Amino acid sequence: MTKWIFRGIRTGIKTTSYPRSPELAPGVTPGRPGGRQGGDESIQGIERCPTGALSLAGDQIGVDYRRCVHCFRCQRGAGSVVGWQSGYEWGSRDAARDDDRAALGCAFQHSLHIRVVDCGACGACLSEIEQTNKPYYNMHRLGFFVTPTPRTADVLLLAGPLTEHMRHPLSRAYNAMPTPKRVIAVGTCALSGGPFGPSFASNAGVTEAVPVDVFVPGCPPPPLAIIHALLLLVGRTAPSTLDSARSAEGIVTP
Amino acid sequence: MISPSKNIVALSELPEVAKSHWSSKVKVGVDAGKRMATVDCQVAEMPEVCGWLLSHSYNFATLVVQEGAAEWSLRYIFYGSQGSGLVHVTVGLPKDQLVVPSISLQVHAADWHERQAEDLFGLTFEGHPKLGDFVLHEEWPEGVNPMRASFDPSRRYPHCEPDPVWRPSPIVQSPGAFMMPIGPVYSDQSESALFLLETVGEDVIRTIPHFFYKYRGVEKIAEGSSVDRVLLLAERFSGTSAFAHSLAFCQAVEEIGGVVVPARAQALRVLLAELERLRHHVAAIGGICHSTALAVATSQANILEEDQLRLAGALTGHRYLFGLNLPGGLSLDLSDEECRRVGQSAQAITGRLSELREMLRFTNSFLDRVEKVGIVTGQAAATYGLVGPVARASGLAIDLRKILPYGLYELPLSFSVPCEKEGDGYARLRILFQEAEQSANIIQEVASSLPGGPVCTSAPLRGGSALGWVEAPRGAAFHWVSVGENGRVTRYRVTTPSFTNWHGFHLAAEEFAFQDFPIILATFGLSNAESDC
Repeated sequence: MTKWIFRGIRTGIKTTSYPRSPELAPGVTPGRPGGRQGGDESIQGIERCPTGALSLAGDQIGVDYRRCVHCFRCQRGAGSVVGWQSGYEWGSRDAARDDDRAALGCAFQHSLHIRVVDCGACGACLSEIEQTNKPYYNMHRLGFFVTPTPRTADVLLLAGPLTEHMRHPLSRAYNAMPTPKRVIAVGTCALSGGPFGPSFASNAGVTEAVPVDVFVPGCPPPPLAIIHALLLLVGRTAPSTLDSARSAEGIVTP
Repeated sequence: MISPSKNIVALSELPEVAKSHWSSKVKVGVDAGKRMATVDCQVAEMPEVCGWLLSHSYNFATLVVQEGAAEWSLRYIFYGSQGSGLVHVTVGLPKDQLVVPSISLQVHAADWHERQAEDLFGLTFEGHPKLGDFVLHEEWPEGVNPMRASFDPSRRYPHCEPDPVWRPSPIVQSPGAFMMPIGPVYSDQSESALFLLETVGEDVIRTIPHFFYKYRGVEKIAEGSSVDRVLLLAERFSGTSAFAHSLAFCQAVEEIGGVVVPARAQALRVLLAELERLRHHVAAIGGICHSTALAVATSQANILEEDQLRLAGALTGHRYLFGLNLPGGLSLDLSDEECRRVGQSAQAITGRLSELREMLRFTNSFLDRVEKVGIVTGQAAATYGLVGPVARASGLAIDLRKILPYGLYELPLSFSVPCEKEGDGYARLRILFQEAEQSANIIQEVASSLPGGPVCTSAPLRGGSALGWVEAPRGAAFHWVSVGENGRVTRYRVTTPSFTNWHGFHLAAEEFAFQDFPIILATFGLSNAESDC
């Protein structure tokens, strides 16, 4: 066993310094569209978006991040329609919802127990959620813990469009949680149904079954975006926005 | 090794054989260029033909049911396990005839395909020992078959309320017998699936899995959609093998359109597909270490996994290689310099992987947990038609890259198909290590000799049907695509390695100690997203 101990020590610390300082390593995020004014050619290019995430708002191209699946169709091929932003602080609250519900008491700030429920996710969101618990992101250092049962969970982390077959297990998991309880929806499918829903087998996201407090858009959202959402839930950082057209009104950079 | 004694019959000999066995009742057409034969037969002869193919080294790949305006068409696809090619057995049925003879008694690999078709189309497979709720759970309204043409996929169908006091009832009757349900929400971050474990004390007698909690009806919602839209589905139903499945779909569409993919795109596709396999295998190795609670080894594998996610992210813009495959090539060109760097990183990763392998090899507490655990015998693997690393760990050297080469794999790339005999958890782990190493070598080989030229050609849309296949990280995947004259997909049938291998999972999960269950699960390394699509 000693060889493993030495092996571990020799490996050194791999963990990101986020949120103390931004993570700048290449490949930690797929980025997302946004940040360019719509010229004539851009306006025609909006139709290239297969999920209807792009829209025209005045002379700006708006991006509905609840629908964007990072298919790069607006960026690659015959000229790019929109700019592409790097970054990963994507955790957002629904602007229409009352904000005081989202704030958890300070007791949770450094001790939050998370139960992950797979509501029909493709595996990429789940894999990114798993990464947050692995050496590079290690959310334990921030006081976030994954728990095997909803009975001891403070927050549900949901991924997937919510298939009809998972509707009942999800509501049982939600009802089994003690209060106060919160829900984070992870990934485009959980926010809008993604490419799958709504249909006969899937819903248009998990909001159809449980109230969601924090949304993390992305297909899949990178691990840092999920950590940002958890920090946002416990009031340790500021929210991003779900719709780039609205960003001018109220985006707060932490 | 299994079945060297089986007679191998080449495609070119099929017409002769069919004539002598079934005279004029069975018509065989052979396309030597595509290495494919079509066997047209009557319903009465079909089970015999399928059984005959199986006993002559053709493995069952998939069953494609298509509902036409006037008739049903059933297509049983077989592939030569020794590299002979593809055989499509096709049967037509009048529309009002909903009963088909089952082939699953002769061809056990077709078992789940028939159950699926019964559930989704309402066809009855006569002689099948177990039909009933399978994909659709008991809450689903009876008699509503979502794959039928008359079914409207956009509306909701009211489900019955599940029984609130449901308890699984044990089948084994003995003192202390207990049915232990695990799932659908269980463990830390596992995918949704339910396993009913029949236990007597510490011992688990057998496991009864229930799947399709994640059924998203991909095959149905693809119908009537444009090819571009279905590509999104093909890429996103299984995010951890997205590149492989989008590649299989694109290859089918390219086959329909008669598109020749540029050489550079072919090479880059191999490079990216192997990058995905490498990442998947490293993640699976991490999963196995995690299941045995060997923390440092888990962390080492996890570091390698994230390194590769970052590599993919920096290289292609997406950590899971989404948005790259297009019918006709790739959406993105990579510079030769970048590819060389990928080759070097892949090599560095193999070095670190082999260190990890050697350390695990001499860790007794680890070996105790994976050796002789979850054994699948070669005979059973062959009967169930298992694929991928699971089959190769049980002595079946089946790899579509070798036996049905596609794209650049048709050229001699220097790799071999690793094969182990034991069929236990440790054999599966060793296979993962060996394949990861081979993938890194392929990446290097391809990166060092990239052809020039464009990475995408225009792919005209034509009506027609074709089969696309790839060796996905978890094994053989088959995508059957039919496109109508208007460019809309009329039928999309996906057969994934997870679907094929979950069918045989219960073989490994019999007569074991309770604490071995996570290890058996991890060594199979299957995905419910992939199987439940």
